Formats: sequence, C-alpha cells, structure tokens
Amino acid sequence: MSTRRVLTALLLAGTCGIGAALAAENTGLGKPVSEADIKNWDIAILPDGTNLPPGSGTPAQGARIYAEKCVSCHGEGGKGGVAPGAGPLTGGSPISNGIDTLKTIGNYYPYATTIFDYTRRAMPFNMPRSLSDDEVYALTAYMLALNKLIGENDVMDAKTLPQVKMPNRDNFTLPYPDRI
Amino acid sequence: MSTSKRRGRAPSLEPVAGNGLIDRRALLGRGIAIAGAMGAGAAGTMTAVAAEPLTDEPWSLEFGQITPARQTPSPYEKNVVRALSNPNGEFRNSHARTPHHLLNGTITPNSLHFSINHCGIPDIDPAKHKLVIHGMVRQPLEFTLESLSRYPLTTRMYFLECAGNSAPMFSNEPLQVTAQMIHGLVSNAEWTGVKLSTLLDEAGIDPGAKWLIAEGGDAQFLDRSVPVKKAYDDALVAIYQNGERLMPGNGYPMRLLLPGYQGNMNVKFLRRIKAVDQPAMSMFESKTYSQILPGGKTWRFHFLMEVKSFITSPSFGQSLKGPGFYTISGVAYSGTGRIAKVMVSADGGKSWGEAALEGPIHDKAFTRFVMPWRWDGQPAVLQSRAWDEAGNVQPLRAEFVKARGETAKPVATPLAFPNQHYNSITSWGVDTTGGIKHVYA
Repeated sequence: MSTRRVLTALLLAGTCGIGAALAAENTGLGKPVSEADIKNWDIAILPDGTNLPPGSGTPAQGARIYAEKCVSCHGEGGKGGVAPGAGPLTGGSPISNGIDTLKTIGNYYPYATTIFDYTRRAMPFNMPRSLSDDEVYALTAYMLALNKLIGENDVMDAKTLPQVKMPNRDNFTLPYPDRI
Repeated sequence: MSTSKRRGRAPSLEPVAGNGLIDRRALLGRGIAIAGAMGAGAAGTMTAVAAEPLTDEPWSLEFGQITPARQTPSPYEKNVVRALSNPNGEFRNSHARTPHHLLNGTITPNSLHFSINHCGIPDIDPAKHKLVIHGMVRQPLEFTLESLSRYPLTTRMYFLECAGNSAPMFSNEPLQVTAQMIHGLVSNAEWTGVKLSTLLDEAGIDPGAKWLIAEGGDAQFLDRSVPVKKAYDDALVAIYQNGERLMPGNGYPMRLLLPGYQGNMNVKFLRRIKAVDQPAMSMFESKTYSQILPGGKTWRFHFLMEVKSFITSPSFGQSLKGPGFYTISGVAYSGTGRIAKVMVSADGGKSWGEAALEGPIHDKAFTRFVMPWRWDGQPAVLQSRAWDEAGNVQPLRAEFVKARGETAKPVATPLAFPNQHYNSITSWGVDTTGGIKHVYA
C-alpha cells in the first residue's frame, strides 16, 4: 500500500472514529495548542516590525549595558578583535571590494530588526535570553548609533526600529527567484 | 567508437582521453585484467615479486575479542576521523569535517557526518523535546518525537552540504590541504522522517503563508526562513539518520531536512515552525549566507547547492606507488536532482573521458564515479566535472571566479570562509614521484 493510501486510510479512520474533535485531514497525532501557550517561544521579529515587543531604549542606555555585558567579547566601541568569532559590529570596507569585504551591521545588514532579533535570541553568548526587551532595544540603538545610522538621542522602539534605513537594503538580488 | 558491445568480447583497449584514462567499460566483467595487460610498462607492475611461503598470523591462533554491544572501527583505522576546527572547545563555533579522502561508497557513517555547531551541542532529553507549528495556520499543533514516530515515515538518500563547503577554493592560490579540509562540510546519509507537508496540512496552513521560520532549540535558537514551496516539494522532519536516531551533532532528536538546500537552513534540534507572509531576515540569512559578488552586488536566498564533484582518490595527502593501474574515484551530487554524467581528465582539462557512475543514482544524493587509469609516471592533473539531469554543469574555475570572485591575497587557513557556494572543479596535480598537490588548472 502506498504511503498516500495509508495516510488516506488513517485520515478516514480519524474522521470516523474520533469525530468532530479533529479536522477531517488530521491524524490526531499533533496536540492542539494556543498561540498564548507558544508566546514565550515566539521570538522571531520580521523586517516590517511584526512581533517587536513593547519597550524602548537609547544609545546612551545601550552603551552602559554594552560596557557591562558585551565589551569583553566585542571590544571597545564594537571594534571586535577580542573573542574569536565575535566580529566587529562597526566598520567594514565598501562592498564594492567584493568577497574580501568584512560584513558588518553598518555596511551590510538590510534590516535593523535583525539586530534586535539576534541580540535577543543569542546574546550574551553565555547567557542567551537573559536581557530584558528594554535592554535589547537600548543595545540595538547603541549599535545603530555606533554605525551612524541613527542619532545619539534617537529612541528605538517597536515603531522607530523598522523605520531605520540601512545603507545596503536595496543592493540584494535573487539568484533563484523561482524557488521562493 | 570501436568498442564492441557483444558479450565475451574484450572492451576497447584504447584510452578514452589523454594521459592514460581508460574506457570505463573496462571495469565491466574481466576488464581490469585486460587493462592490466595493455600498454608498455605494464609488465613490471603486474609481475609478482618472489614471495615467502605463507604462515598463520598470531590473530588466527587464539580466541579473539569480546563481541561488543556497539561496535567501533578497527584500531588500525584510528586516523579515519573528522577534522575539528575547535578541538579544545573554546567558547565559539565548531566544525567537524568528513574525511572523504579516507572513505568510499556513498554513505557517510554517522560518526563521520560533518557537523557545525555555533554554540555547542545541546543535551536534549527526547522525552521533553517539543516541536510546535503555528502562525498562519488554522490550529497550532505540538508534536513530540513519540508522536512523529507514529506517522508513516519516508526514507530517502540525501547529501547535506554547508554553503561554506569548499570555501578554501575562493583563495586566489590553492591551499595544500586534503579533500577533507576543502570539501569536508558535505556528507551523505539515508534520512528517515515525516514529510513536512503532512504536518503543515494537519495544522491547516493559510494559503497566504509564503515562508516558514524554522527555529532550533540550541543556545542561539538558530532560525532560518524557508519558502513554503520547498516544504511542499520534498522537505522532511528527519528523526533517523542511516537507520538510527540522529547524532547529537546532526540535530538530535529532530531536524529539518531540505534536500539540496544549504546546510544551515536544515535547522537542527527543530522546535518551532512559524508560518508567515515574509522572510524573517534572520542574522544568518542577512549576513553569513548572503553573498557579495564581484563589483559589489549581493545575492540573498541562494539556497541551492549547485552541481559539484570532486576526486577523493588519488588526492592530496596520498601518493602513487609507481607507474601502473589506478582508479580515479570521487563523488558527484546536485541540489537540483540526479547526477547525469561525470567527465574526468588526467591532463588538466585538455581531454576528457566519461567516468562510470555507480548506481543506483539517487535524487540530490552522492553518486560515486570511477575511472580506470594507467599512470605512466609522467606529470598529470586529475579533474572531475559533473552534469545533473537538468543539464546544469559544474563550472570551470576561470568562469566561476569571474562570476563569484576570489580573494585578493591567499587565504591563510582552510578553516576560513571567504565566501559561500563554491562548486567549481578541483584539480590534483601528480608529479613524477607520485606526489600529489592541490593545483588550479
């Protein structure tokens, strides 16, 4: 019996046996959960700002947190060169240098939301998810200010962060558009 | 072509290409002996040196070892190991590369499958691990290893390749390192799992959902955006690898398997899939796996691991033991589909002969190619070039670096990743002593 037939048989059995509790095409092996139950895991931020949490932060606030929790790996002013793998957060030559270009937030990232997302999910490297949302906004603001992409007094929050214009945003093309 | 196809007739003894490449049909039936008989210089290497009378070895004269519950390779094979980028467990990422130059066939043993971990390997209790599917779905669902194991499982052979595999070849000068150090971030296994489309259908995915954010349960919650299109093509949630549960470094207890797509997207320790209407632009897709092209334009969502092959034997780190018969052997694969043809050259690409493909030839999986060769002791440059069933051909180096770039200065270490998605040909230069170097040709 083919897999498709087995599945069809399973689906029919599920429909007849368990009845209205299950959708017609459901084996019942997945346990229904609510988005509220998933909320703590639902951390991905989309480039248009979808899913950014409440809270805010400024570059000055971020600088203080950076000095406490980030500088030991990423170096003074985000220049890198301290811990292996913790690359610089600023600088980088023009991308016209081709593959020898060092990719950084300033010269490469197309969306500022990525900085918030990655900092919140992965940093500090030894204590992921230990930062509050306010702290992540402040660190994001600090990194954007270091790269002169926002002003020293700009506040980053769910509304302002997606509006930050990243220099390399419109420089991307797709090698295989049909695969999307 | 002069080769007779009648049974019982010797295959062509004519070389099929320069520098001693022999018709692959010589491998069929009694071909090796025939090939051995051909040509000047063969007699010496085929003549047995006077041997001593055979005696029983000590291991034949005593009761052997205990048969173990879980067997491991012979101690004589102790050098067949993965090459580690972070052997002392420093606080950073780590890579383990498959020793292709010491393996054969097509299946990568689980203990030798390549593995990259950015923040260590999580110690996951399979009884507590959960996978949720949510977002633009009718009903969010939660799965466990136990519940996934109750589905009719799909089993397929697939290669899995880091987008940064072969990255040392972006160096403007060839690094003198093994096929393991150049190409060790690709492996091939039989994967068993549940079709992702089955799970998405059960959750009732919204037709407006174009992307899935796949996320792992490691210490950076590694996430990548995957087109829904790929999920409904051939994606699996894999729970077995070569017949046993996944190796911890390969995503235990469950991982996303996107055949032919760059390794990083095949999210390990898979714990969440969220259906959305736009890509997340996660750090890895924004930075690492988005490529800079010569001139400064950039590509994103490259995804596809393009058609490629490389010779595993003879290769750097090995040497030829004098003129005579050898087999040129390697692997070919394509993220687009099946391998259709592999051509081999022994003269740096001046002439090519078609290699034999060891079947069965699987979709998006390693195919082993073999080419009989009589080395005459003169310098040779060995190359392979693959075609897939869609007609894609592995690019020559000159055209490849023109399109994708190379470094301005030689790369200092094979552990560096100057760029991604290298799929041009590899050349091994043989000198008159039988020594083998990595060359560009």
